[in-house]
Amino acid sequence: MSKKVKFSIYRYNPELDVKPYYQNLEIELDDLDKKLLTALIKVKEYYDDSLSFRRSCREGVCGSDAININGRNGLACLTDIDSLKQPIVLRPIPGLPVVRDLIVDMTQFFNQYNSIRPYVIDERPMPERERLQSPQDRDKLNGVIECILCACCSTACPSFWWNPDKFVGPAALLHAYRFIADTRDQATAARLDNLNDPYRLFRCHTIMNCADVCPKHLNPTRAIGKIKEIMVSRVV
Amino acid sequence: MSIPVMKYEAVIVGGGGAGLRAALQLSEAGVKTVVLSKVFPTRSHTAAAQGGISASLGNVEDDNWHWHMYDTVKGADWLGDQDAIEFMCRQAVDAVVELEHFGMPFDRLENGKIYQRPFGGHMANFGKKPVRRACAVADRTGHAMLHALYQRNVKADTHFLVEWMALDIIRNKNGDVVGITALEMETGEVYIIQAKAVLFATGGAGRIYQSSTNAYINTGDGIGITLRAGLPIEDIEFWQFHPTGLAGAGVLITEGVRGEGGYLLNCNGERFMERYAPTAKDLASRDVVSRAMQIEINEGRGCGQNKDYVLLKLDHLGKDVIDQRLPGIREISLQFLGIDPVKEPIPVVPTCHYMMGGIPTNYRGEVVAPNGENMEDIVKGFYAAGECACASVHGANRLGTNSLLDLVVFGKSAGNSMVEYIKQHGDEYKELPEDAADFSLNRLAKLDNANSGESLADLRHEMQKIMQQHAGVFRTQSVLEDGINKIEALYARVQNLCIQDKSKVFNTARVEALEFMNTIEVALATMITAEARKESRGAQAREDFPERDDEKFMCHTLYYKDGRKIVYKPVHTKPMTVDYIPPAKRVY
Ligand SMILES: Cc1cc2nc3c(=O)[nH]c(=O)nc-3n(C[C@H](O)[C@H](O)[C@H](O)COP(=O)(O)OP(=O)(O)OC[C@H]3O[C@@H](n4cnc5c(N)ncnc54)[C@H](O)[C@@H]3O)c2cc1C
Ligand code: SF4
Ligand code: SF4
Ligand code: FES
Repeated sequence: MSKKVKFSIYRYNPELDVKPYYQNLEIELDDLDKKLLTALIKVKEYYDDSLSFRRSCREGVCGSDAININGRNGLACLTDIDSLKQPIVLRPIPGLPVVRDLIVDMTQFFNQYNSIRPYVIDERPMPERERLQSPQDRDKLNGVIECILCACCSTACPSFWWNPDKFVGPAALLHAYRFIADTRDQATAARLDNLNDPYRLFRCHTIMNCADVCPKHLNPTRAIGKIKEIMVSRVV
Repeated sequence: MSIPVMKYEAVIVGGGGAGLRAALQLSEAGVKTVVLSKVFPTRSHTAAAQGGISASLGNVEDDNWHWHMYDTVKGADWLGDQDAIEFMCRQAVDAVVELEHFGMPFDRLENGKIYQRPFGGHMANFGKKPVRRACAVADRTGHAMLHALYQRNVKADTHFLVEWMALDIIRNKNGDVVGITALEMETGEVYIIQAKAVLFATGGAGRIYQSSTNAYINTGDGIGITLRAGLPIEDIEFWQFHPTGLAGAGVLITEGVRGEGGYLLNCNGERFMERYAPTAKDLASRDVVSRAMQIEINEGRGCGQNKDYVLLKLDHLGKDVIDQRLPGIREISLQFLGIDPVKEPIPVVPTCHYMMGGIPTNYRGEVVAPNGENMEDIVKGFYAAGECACASVHGANRLGTNSLLDLVVFGKSAGNSMVEYIKQHGDEYKELPEDAADFSLNRLAKLDNANSGESLADLRHEMQKIMQQHAGVFRTQSVLEDGINKIEALYARVQNLCIQDKSKVFNTARVEALEFMNTIEVALATMITAEARKESRGAQAREDFPERDDEKFMCHTLYYKDGRKIVYKPVHTKPMTVDYIPPAKRVY
């Protein structure tokens, strides 16, 4: 059995197009085709091979295929076609420069990630075996380490749109919290200093867009709240 | 033709676990290094690994590397090289401890040590009873490992070229590798990257099959490039079918589910693995479990309307265990089938998962190839590690969790070998041949100039169908012969591949076409070598030759693109320090 699905897709190829436009398409899908990524691949295979988008794992672990779907950021590979109102409007995730079609330049996003020093800092000599950590301490990292760096959150955040170079953004702040929360990390004070600035952390106005769109059901707002709490308790 | 040349002492192609581990070794040694990847490093398929990484830490019960080595040799059905296997198993504890030191967030036991779970083929006391050897981060071990390795590379200030695709290697007239050609996706431009040493860590090629646990980017580029450069690849007929791919979707359900106590049922509600493997049961080696499932399905004891899958039951583990240890599995099952494993069993089928074969290397990560009498002459300047390499530690069948281990052990080992080689090399780079880039540029020009021809989608689907039907879990002479005819016919059509999009900026149609030219080489090589190996060993199950034939076939296959030639070379039977483990019948 087959079904017809209507799309309106943002298209822009800097080599050929003076400005972006929307391509309207109606495509035929198998009834069993469940996810939006499958549909995009069919468009590319059978309708228009020039449609450009990123994808890899098709199971929500690599973070490649963040797209703005009917106005909301999400992963194409985890979005059910049948849950979407038609025509399905697809746009690149907002706020970052478009390279082509649904592909954006993620440099600013990763620069912010790098800026929080995303690695465990512990300059003490390492023991011969693993450092010990209690299961309770390890549990503090749950809800944080699952992040796949898809950028759905940061590119849904108005504060990040306005100041992508100055505001760290929800994804990288979630990671900042990940290292603060890790009992093995010895650099909490330096990490807090690094964020103590009118923009880097404090541009977050708790609008919650980020937690709302995270396809891994993570909650950057909560992590940001916790960093602020630690920051405040430090001052006192 | 003149194209821009960049220079790095070390070029690493691949930003998965193997590439990143090697990069760290080189960056920390102060070697000028670059890592190329088709995708941002953390998007590599290592991120999808679920169940764990093996090491005989003995955190829960007695274990040691001798037992780990024995299991690996037996799992490999005696096709693994025992020196490389000893090397890997002995290093495992240090390798996993090092990952913890790098910040990998392992699950923990009450006493604070790394959590370990049982896994298929992991046994104590030389095969006597299951042992907990798989070190895990819930069911997201690969994701945690890849991120930790990437983070460590950020710390080490490793240089990356992200969304760059290697096209070919450049060899000088002595056959030494002196660089690569590569495509920058964002601009569509081709570059030469001159190097003193090149490492391939390009991962697997599971996309040759219709039903696969592999990512779209797993297209076997490293294999295709190696073959085009006139070098052989090893043991490519051995493909692991993972017992528990999600029926229909192909997405993996980790063996860790069975490690935590889940088991398989046929349509009669029978736990059939008790019949096939009385000791290890559902935790027998993957090839054994996949064949048992296929037999159940073939004999009409499959489940569902079409009786074409079996069920993986885990609801008896309870919601708490599932949410703590297997949260990703629950999510996947709900996402792709709408089934909550807390309440219902999951429909599963054997699914293509892992490429045991690859670019032949020694345990130092150096690529080797026959040269005159010497079956393992070192190809200077060329290294390989990870799934694209064949060291060979996995032989005819890989044990679960031994791949993540392979990535870090051989990534590091190759990195060290490269540092040594580069230091000997001095300041000079070897000269590039005049026509260094012509081969790649001609391939591209042919693709760009084709205005009509075969569509990529048709060719790709056709290949996947042929492989699925003719080189699956069970193989026979006539099915393989038909398979060769079909895949050769398809191969001829691939020469007329045509894409419509002729633009340069981020042209993913062009990238996919270039990938496919690699993938089809892997498919053809698989079919030809599977036909030639007239025995059953590990993942190669020939119905017409059901027994292992150590006299004729305890040897590695080497396949060349030129003339589709096959040469066999002996398995390394001499471990580094311990006694040889002689072949025995494989029972679980
Ligand atoms: C679903 C799944 C679950 C698994 N679970 C486990 C497990 O629990 N334990 C275990 O031990 N093993 C597991 N495996 C196997 C293991 O994950 C893989 O074998 C391993 O991650 C491969 O790592 P790699 O570094 O060799 O390659 P990959 O991680 O696949 O990386 C390949 C890299 O090469 C790059 N690349 C490829 N071609 C080119 C090119 N032409 N130019 C530039 N860059 C290129 C890619 O961009 C990528 O960065 C699993 C596999 C799958 C599919
Ligand atoms: S809660 Fe903060 S980080 Fe999240 S969207 Fe709102 S402003 Fe951005
Ligand atoms: S927090 Fe969620 S939305 Fe943001 S990058 Fe990570 S996974 Fe994506
Ligand atoms: S394709 Fe990997 S997250 Fe969607």
